[in-house]
Amino acid sequence: MIKIVRARLHQGHQTTTYPSQVPRLPERFRGKLELSPEKCPDGCAECVDACPTGAISGAGRADLKLDLGRCIFCTECVEACPVKAIAYTSEFRMSARTREALVVRDREAVLAEALDRKIRGLFGRSLKLRQVSAGGCNGCEVEVNALSNVVFDLGRFGIQFVASPRHADGLLITGPVTRNMKLALEKTYAAVPAPKLVIAAGACAIAGGPFIGMSSVHDGARSTVPVDLFIPGCPPHPLTLLDGLLRLLGRVEGRTGLSSHQDRGDPNQA
Amino acid sequence: MTTAASGALIGNGEAVALTAVPVFQFPDFRGRVIGGVAEGGHLKALFGWESGGPRTLTAVIGHGATGRIEVFSSPLPSEFEAITPDCPQAHMFEREIAEQFGTVPRGHPWLRPVRDPLGHGDFFSVSGEEVHEVAVGPVHAGVIEPGHFRFQCHGEQVLHLEIVLGYQHRGIEAGLRGGPHRSTLFQMETAAGDTCVGHATAYSRAVEGLAGVEVSATAHAVRAVALELERIANHVGDLGALAGDVGFLPTAAYCGRVRGDALNLTTLACGNRIGRGWVRPGGVAFGVEGPIGTGIVNGLRKLRDDLRSGGGLLWRDSTVLARFEGTGPVARSDGESLGLVGVAARASGVERDVRAEFPYEPYRTLALGTAVRESGDVHARAFVRWLEVEQSVAYAQELIAGLPSGPLRSSPGPLRADSLTVSLVEAWRGEVCHVAITGPDGRLAAYKLVDPSFHNWSGLALALRGQAISDFPLCNKSFNLSYCGHDL
Repeated sequence: MIKIVRARLHQGHQTTTYPSQVPRLPERFRGKLELSPEKCPDGCAECVDACPTGAISGAGRADLKLDLGRCIFCTECVEACPVKAIAYTSEFRMSARTREALVVRDREAVLAEALDRKIRGLFGRSLKLRQVSAGGCNGCEVEVNALSNVVFDLGRFGIQFVASPRHADGLLITGPVTRNMKLALEKTYAAVPAPKLVIAAGACAIAGGPFIGMSSVHDGARSTVPVDLFIPGCPPHPLTLLDGLLRLLGRVEGRTGLSSHQDRGDPNQA
Repeated sequence: MTTAASGALIGNGEAVALTAVPVFQFPDFRGRVIGGVAEGGHLKALFGWESGGPRTLTAVIGHGATGRIEVFSSPLPSEFEAITPDCPQAHMFEREIAEQFGTVPRGHPWLRPVRDPLGHGDFFSVSGEEVHEVAVGPVHAGVIEPGHFRFQCHGEQVLHLEIVLGYQHRGIEAGLRGGPHRSTLFQMETAAGDTCVGHATAYSRAVEGLAGVEVSATAHAVRAVALELERIANHVGDLGALAGDVGFLPTAAYCGRVRGDALNLTTLACGNRIGRGWVRPGGVAFGVEGPIGTGIVNGLRKLRDDLRSGGGLLWRDSTVLARFEGTGPVARSDGESLGLVGVAARASGVERDVRAEFPYEPYRTLALGTAVRESGDVHARAFVRWLEVEQSVAYAQELIAGLPSGPLRSSPGPLRADSLTVSLVEAWRGEVCHVAITGPDGRLAAYKLVDPSFHNWSGLALALRGQAISDFPLCNKSFNLSYCGHDL
């Protein structure tokens, strides 16, 4: 027992400061991409040709767009671009409520809006999710698992992953939805009592990821169920997942962090 | 036994012309697989492929004692005498061949599809008084990948466990024909996403072998740092998960966090927690020079101290030891005959480790010991991980301290036509085997991936025999196998 206590003292306090403070991630961290279309030489399409998932379109100044939902954050476009018109930032916040909102054209932020007031009243302080991996490679799954460790400590916000869809308020889906998992996903969705939420986490669940267009996958969760929140990444950083979930519930707003709904909120956030 | 000639002998990652790979008639091919394994070889891969011409069956046997890899082929018959009854290491491979080509290995003991869970047919069933069946999955209670487990039980005791996978099948191998494509490297990284560096390294080495390109000593060292960081993160995570499964919360909590520290060191180097985009054909995209290297060395020192403090509790706590010791044992003879690899093999006394048997740079010049236990139970599988984390921490630190300066990346260029290469990497779960075959146009005619989980799921099934069904989660964690790595 004394050894356990000594180990506890050695380990100290480890929980992240987010959302009360925005943590700094390493310089090389590959977060949300920023575009500077004004730098694009006319007719250049190096980034479009290099992208393995077809996430970039309209290169050559006119209409450069990057779809964070298709993006697997792999560096191919950044390396291919001769004028540094595409760059990584250390911004980990980039979830969205609609598929269209994930398409970036310049340096604007992508931040998910909260659910409407009525649904927030139901789930705002207690959200139970069932996770379904539908062809996920265990990249997203391990990062979702990390949310429950002492660093990210999802439980302090009343969010929890539960063992049965019958106990859940929604699904968090990873993977491109393989042919062999479609039926199981449909059944799991049907087993969740309404009203229910669906979160698509990671490039595969949003648009198929590196498997986009392959005949044995369905290019993401939207093929099978309606989606309320998209969280990009390959895999998403746990902070990206955490930020997306908290924004959905209206617990975090704007760029600097805390929500104006604090009065309804969680005492632990203070 | 057989007197058939042996196959072509190559080194790990070395390319050979297809014309130099002997083609036997099937009876001789069968005899050579059985003979090669009987000599102490390990069946790394056995697969069918076709590329315009007739269907071919190719075997890859690793001879750990000599460090040579033997390759030979046969025309694939539509029906043939199964190899499995004389060589159990072939059992999953023959099921796979039957599923993919509609061929019939006559006399195979359990010829079910490998990746078609919905068309699996009847399960193995046991009948008798008070014998009952428990069905679990594909969607499990935890945040893990899907698979179906069918237990035949007598009371609490498991008589037989049948594992039905394939839910995660994304068709990676089929999609590689005619490649490499723009998405190929990224599909390799996500073949088993927790083994990103392992599969990316195996793929890159296969491409480099076929392209005949030299990779710098710097890139070799950085890749090994990446691979060992991947091993550290996953092993530490597994130790925490094992602690959680026996209700020992201090280590569960500390290891969950320390695992994250290893992932953060990977982020420091390459910008992604699980190493996406770090390893590239021709080298690496990110180095570990200067402050990055110092950060990793210091971070690893702290990680090791934290792990010794928080993880070391496991080996002194009687409640933990009572649950770990004697649970889910796999005998050494079973480990050998099933061809188990990695942590699961080494925990059963089978010294199988690519880094020692088929070393490439830097493992060739800077050797790393092999951690082995004999008891084959949950405790052994946990303790091998514990020992390996210590080794990997010291190894990565040593590599960074002696990091040679040089280019990070060279351009691989086109692949040699009509050639074959075998690339083996000891990833954290065990060996990853990639076999790449090019056609006359220098494009991939066939590509075979064997994740360690393909060998090891049968080990888990065997470990459960005679155990309490309530120990399944613990046994399962002690293997912690990949579903998508099996299903690809």
